[in-house]
Amino acid sequence: MTAARRPDEQGELGDMKRIRALRRAHHLWWLSVLAMHWTTMVGLAVWTPVPGLLPWAARGMRRLVDRERALAERWSGVTVGAAPAPRTGERERHGVVARYRWLIEDPQRLREWRWVALYSFVAGLVVAVPVGLVGYGLWGVFLACFGWYLSTDAGWDGLWYTAIHVTDVPTGLMAGLLGLVLAQAGVWLAPSMVDRHARFVRTALAPSEQEVMAARIAHLAATRSDAVDTSAAELRRIERDLHDGAQARLVAMGMTLDAAEHRLDKDPEAVRALLAEARASSSAALQELRDLVRGIHPPVLADRGLADAVRSLALLSPLDAEVTVDLPARPEPPVESAVYFAIAETVTNAAKHAEAERLWIDLAHDPERGALRVSVTDDGHGGADPARGSGLAGIERRLATFDGVLAVHSPAGGPTQISMEVPCVLSSPKTTSC
Amino acid sequence: MRVVVAEDHFLLRDGLVRLLGAFGHEVVAAVDNGAALLESLLAERPDVAIVDVRLPPDFADEGLRAALAARREVPALPVLLLSQYVEPLYARELLADGAGAVGYVLKDRVTDGAEFVRTIEQVAAGGTVMDPEVVSKLLARKIRDQRLGSLTAREREVLGLLAQGRSNAGVAESLVVTEKAVAKHIGNIFTKLGLYPGESDNRRVLAVLAYLEG
Repeated sequence: MTAARRPDEQGELGDMKRIRALRRAHHLWWLSVLAMHWTTMVGLAVWTPVPGLLPWAARGMRRLVDRERALAERWSGVTVGAAPAPRTGERERHGVVARYRWLIEDPQRLREWRWVALYSFVAGLVVAVPVGLVGYGLWGVFLACFGWYLSTDAGWDGLWYTAIHVTDVPTGLMAGLLGLVLAQAGVWLAPSMVDRHARFVRTALAPSEQEVMAARIAHLAATRSDAVDTSAAELRRIERDLHDGAQARLVAMGMTLDAAEHRLDKDPEAVRALLAEARASSSAALQELRDLVRGIHPPVLADRGLADAVRSLALLSPLDAEVTVDLPARPEPPVESAVYFAIAETVTNAAKHAEAERLWIDLAHDPERGALRVSVTDDGHGGADPARGSGLAGIERRLATFDGVLAVHSPAGGPTQISMEVPCVLSSPKTTSC
Repeated sequence: MRVVVAEDHFLLRDGLVRLLGAFGHEVVAAVDNGAALLESLLAERPDVAIVDVRLPPDFADEGLRAALAARREVPALPVLLLSQYVEPLYARELLADGAGAVGYVLKDRVTDGAEFVRTIEQVAAGGTVMDPEVVSKLLARKIRDQRLGSLTAREREVLGLLAQGRSNAGVAESLVVTEKAVAKHIGNIFTKLGLYPGESDNRRVLAVLAYLEG
């Protein structure tokens, strides 16, 4: 986590950029006022038994923290590590001691609390320096114009600007000059203060390595148990399908052939019918095995890889589907398979639930981030929600096994865009690629 | 007919050779991998090749690729692809050159020997045979092509049967209409798809291709 500046802010800083940084410092200063508000609220909530106050204050505090984190990232390129979610729910405790324990039990919440308390003073002052300098500088410029008048005719005796006693025009002009210098210094300081602020946010808010590790372990444990559950369920389904389907048909076929054997001499006509039946059974068994194989691992995916498997999906989809692929090689087979089934599910959803007509599937590999990106967009009526749709939650779990993420953008009235990103390394380009 | 067989599974390869022998066809080469297939196709120039899609060394689509490569060298070399599953994508690639003389059917079809041999003969004669499963899969889908949308339900049915490689007589038989009516339907289909007589490409193949492109 280095405080890397974005490329456009490297090297010589333009005046516009400095002015912008000044505006940002101003914005951050107001946030420090807000932080003071939330410290007060949390303190109040801890000390007074007003129901609902503590969770409300904690939520407000977290909102402010999230905003600060986003600003640090956007303005200074400082990424503040994603804090693990609090383990306990935000419910209220009784008694002052219990409330304090509630506050400090979760390291993330404790950090946030400490941060808002500190921020209202420390960072508030840090970002107030450039703003204050500019403000004071402008006052000096004002004095250059009206200082003489104020100190004499308006009766403001002993008007001081820093070390300058403004009494007449020359001293007024000196104050103006000094004001310009101070304002310039404020503008000049602004960018580094904004960056310093971002670093402060990181220092105060970033979770410790141990916590990140613990959260990572919890995540891995959860996704592993999901993966195990999913594959166990899959094996049960395959076993059941084989048992009730192909296996039963083969037994029936054996019986039919046995019956045919017994009637061979007496009734050749009946044997013909039995043999026809046996052949029909064998076709049906083959058909079932084929469907089963397609459900486990589609042959075209095995043969040609993700790109052609998705093209094949599009070809068979009832929607007018357009596929764009930018994959220089094939991803690892498990990722390929997970992504394929995720896409298949979204395509089915689009046809079944969204009443869409058209579908755009976009597959690309981002070598910089080492990730496979997929977006599936339809022109349906939208309103898809991963919290409700079990299908989308299933996809999310499937991708989580590979540290992948799913994002759903589906406003009511459409369109729906489903984006997936899975970290993956492409194999060396195959000569057989599409 | 002189036939080349490419199939990596020994039992199936042996079965095919015997089946073809029983129907009086000569198997000039029976190979079990993609490279040998391409070599024997170019050397033997068979009347028809029966090719398994999945062949060693990659066990991917070696057979299909060897067949496509051979057809680039020898245009319209008759090829019947056999596969454990049907993939419309492969069907489309196979038909893309518009030369016809191709077939793509499930391996199950070999269980009906007589019908299978008829399929081979159709392909050898320059026909186009798609497995009913490909056709039904594509039928289940909404028709996107404007031209196909203008076809009547009957005409679409006829086109589906054409895709399965039926002759006019065959279509007439399965729809229980006269051959003349079928010819009329086919004429209408060609007109609606913008396929006019006198073009060098096989109009039946182009119609089936339009159907697959959907």
